[in-house]
Amino acid sequence: MLNAAQIEALSRLARIQLDARETAALVTQLGEILNMVERMNAVATDGVEPLAHPLEIDSRRRADEITEQDQRANLQHGAPATEAGYYLVPRVIE
Amino acid sequence: MHSVFPATVKDLGVGLARGDFTSVDLTKYYLARVAALDPRLNSFISVYPERALATAVAADAARARGANGPLLGIPYANKDIFCAAGTRTSCASRMLDSFIAPYDATVVERLTAAGMVMLGKANMDEFAMGSSNETSYYGPTRNPWNLDCVPGGSSGGSAAAVAARLAPVATGTDTGGSIRLPAAFCGISGIKPTYGRVSRYGMIAFASSLDQGGPLALSAEDLALMLNAMCGFDGRDSTSAPRADEDFTRELNAPLRGLRIGLPREFFDAALDSEVGSCLEQAIAVLRGLGAECREISLASTAYAIPAYYILSSAECSSNLSRYDGVRFGHRCADPANLEDLYTRSRAEGFGAEVKRRILVGTYALSAGYYAAYYAKAQQLRRLIKEDFQAAFADVDLIAGPTAPSVAFRLGQKAADPVQMYLSDIYTTAVNLAGLPAASIPAGFANGLPVGLQLIGNYFAEAKILNVAHQFQGETDWHLHTPPLVGST
Repeated sequence: MLNAAQIEALSRLARIQLDARETAALVTQLGEILNMVERMNAVATDGVEPLAHPLEIDSRRRADEITEQDQRANLQHGAPATEAGYYLVPRVIE
Repeated sequence: MHSVFPATVKDLGVGLARGDFTSVDLTKYYLARVAALDPRLNSFISVYPERALATAVAADAARARGANGPLLGIPYANKDIFCAAGTRTSCASRMLDSFIAPYDATVVERLTAAGMVMLGKANMDEFAMGSSNETSYYGPTRNPWNLDCVPGGSSGGSAAAVAARLAPVATGTDTGGSIRLPAAFCGISGIKPTYGRVSRYGMIAFASSLDQGGPLALSAEDLALMLNAMCGFDGRDSTSAPRADEDFTRELNAPLRGLRIGLPREFFDAALDSEVGSCLEQAIAVLRGLGAECREISLASTAYAIPAYYILSSAECSSNLSRYDGVRFGHRCADPANLEDLYTRSRAEGFGAEVKRRILVGTYALSAGYYAAYYAKAQQLRRLIKEDFQAAFADVDLIAGPTAPSVAFRLGQKAADPVQMYLSDIYTTAVNLAGLPAASIPAGFANGLPVGLQLIGNYFAEAKILNVAHQFQGETDWHLHTPPLVGST
């Protein structure tokens, strides 16, 4: 089980602000989910190689050649705030 | 305009080729049905009548110039997870409510090249996280068989639209059952191909080692026609399977005599509703009647598929969804006080409750001190599950069982209990963990609602799955039943 302080710590790691009502609900819900997940411990898996990917293929590599065109204007079209080709965020360094 | 068109993609293609009707006729017909019926179903997030009609005009013009092809001029509903240049691609999230895709997903590019007409973008669970379509920012889609019931998720809008004949076919994606479950709940056919068959380029990521696109349609034959267009190697997807193109219709008419079908005893357990179980027994009798040899098998590790799936998919989602930070695209909160506030409030406002839950579970599973107990453990179980399937496929050609433990449940029935909701996918998630192909096809009715038969094949054996599904549909008429809503335009 996770307590409210642990949920709040997770929310900081995940960069998601939670209000008190959400935190309280998540204490119960994440507790139930983790209870369900604990069932995994019924299986002995010592020595089993973890499987990260179903096809167990290595990532394909391509030739080191430029294939992409400059699409800055197209890709920044939907950005919340831009200026001179840059993304604008609140001031970080005072 | 014709008042009645054939239902399937196959027959529509024949009618178009013969000149019985045009793509413009068809497109107008389906757009009119969407306008008339979708206010009750909510199966579309966005509809693009002008764009669709322009594409239909182009398809008719191409045909007049001698172009042909089974999908030329056929309308479709596109799950709102696939980017289509110039249209909103929301993934049913407030986060992407105003996001206009700057490019086409490979799937969209391929369907456009085949001459298909996109009617609009289908409703879904937010970021494909859900089994009921209730987590959509745009409200739940309703099941055409019973408007008080869910259509299944996450490709619920796609399934409801096809079942209600608002589109003859639709795209979907399946991370833990998201094509098969809604296909089962809505009484239609759907297939999740082998991982790597359908390009993930331009398909918004949920859990990248599990996500796979596929079609939902009214028949196995239509699924085969759609796979012919959707599948294929794509250099822009780093995990695209390097396979030669193939014709998925090639085995449809092969006899089933001597085919060995495994029935996993773990899929016929106490969780299975008894009426659904009765339908499955009858379906298995049909397969036997077609000459298949059905035998019991065991997939013992699949009993742990749900917990392993929720750890791995949530871990991958917490990583994939970190891109939504309010900076480069998507929702940004008003008047951020500083960068931290911009991140945390944009994400708090942009994501719904289920997405937040999964990001937090994934963050927990990947955090220092818990990684071995959760993430590594789940990956070990993933290997055991894959090995169980491989052992089974040494003795059988195909695996058959239920798609879901029950028929469609009522709206709101499981919305407050995440774990109960997750158990809807008890028979589907193992297939994604192993990366195998699997279909769901209609196999009867329980309490007046459709039941799905799941057919699981070995890697790249989609043609064999569709062979069995097509033969089954030659012997049964479950896939021809229409919900009462269909006749009510």
